[in-house]
Amino acid sequence: MSPLPLPEIWSYLSREPLLWLTATLVAYLIGDALSRRAKRHPVVNPVLTAMMLLGGLLWMTGTPYATYFEGAQFVHFMLGPATVALALPLYANRAQIRPALLPMLAALLAGSVTAIVSALWIARLLGIEGPVWLSLAPKSTTAPVAIGISEQLGGLPTLTAALVILTGIIGAVIVTPLMRLMRIRDWRARGFAVGVAAHGIGTARAFQVNDTAGAFAGIGMGLNAMLTAILAPYVVSLLL
Amino acid sequence: MIQAVAILLICQLTGETLARGLALPIPGPVLGMALLLAGCLLSSRLADTVMPTAQGLLSHLSLLFVPAGVGVISHLDVLGGSGPALLVVLVASTALALVVGVLVFVAVARLTGDGGAQASEGPQP
Repeated sequence: MSPLPLPEIWSYLSREPLLWLTATLVAYLIGDALSRRAKRHPVVNPVLTAMMLLGGLLWMTGTPYATYFEGAQFVHFMLGPATVALALPLYANRAQIRPALLPMLAALLAGSVTAIVSALWIARLLGIEGPVWLSLAPKSTTAPVAIGISEQLGGLPTLTAALVILTGIIGAVIVTPLMRLMRIRDWRARGFAVGVAAHGIGTARAFQVNDTAGAFAGIGMGLNAMLTAILAPYVVSLLL
Repeated sequence: MIQAVAILLICQLTGETLARGLALPIPGPVLGMALLLAGCLLSSRLADTVMPTAQGLLSHLSLLFVPAGVGVISHLDVLGGSGPALLVVLVASTALALVVGVLVFVAVARLTGDGGAQASEGPQP
């Protein structure tokens, strides 16, 4: 019997979506298992673990991101339907949402403006200018909206996409320790703030911790997508 | 489950069509979410049909960000020379937005005499 033609099998598999789709699910399952074992400690974030594992694997095998994405796109695609699905926790928590309308609107405005203005101010203090500076403005909003805003402002859409993902991960990691430090026990407030500041990745973290927090995070994310689209160009023109 | 997935996709499709057709500054899926919410409020049967699938999908919301996250890892060079400064900006600004957002929520909830704040208190881990 001749030995298995391993290089040929590899060159076939590495071009097909199957391998990288499987790798994405397995990497996430490892990330999720570690997160559970760490009792959902915020630093052991499943997205962060999975992206490190896969990033390392792509680097070791010399696989371009475009090839990886051929497989991973099926997972990526589900972001749209999942956003639509956020209507269900909203519906289930509707009795809690109605009396919280005013706090939500106030927190939305305050959180959204803070996210945009503080990013631009701090960046200017650190000497960041030009298109890179502009790319920061929509960093707290969900990726498709942020990319559109960045293009419109004259930023760099690819950089904005990276900044958005990093913001989400940072928000998901710091929200629990920060809220504990501040002794905030209102799950609605905690969830809503993380949805506004850290979009879907923050919302995913909120669902890990508490269902009510998750529902409010989903609303925060959706509302901030609309508000940032309206506010960002205005704030940028004021700070320019 | 297929029925639920079809409903989610129809809402997204309608949302995308409306957002693009009317040039709204709202992403299609967010509009789809609003449509589905309206649908659920009109018909509790619709909510019952979609609920299990929606819960399943949302309990693994983190998974869906992995492909984009890998994109960041493999394109860290887009951060360029200002990478460390950008990280400082992101951490500081995200922390500020969280603190301001949550404090304003709690303050306004107290001002409007909203009792829900007590009801939603959970045990602290």
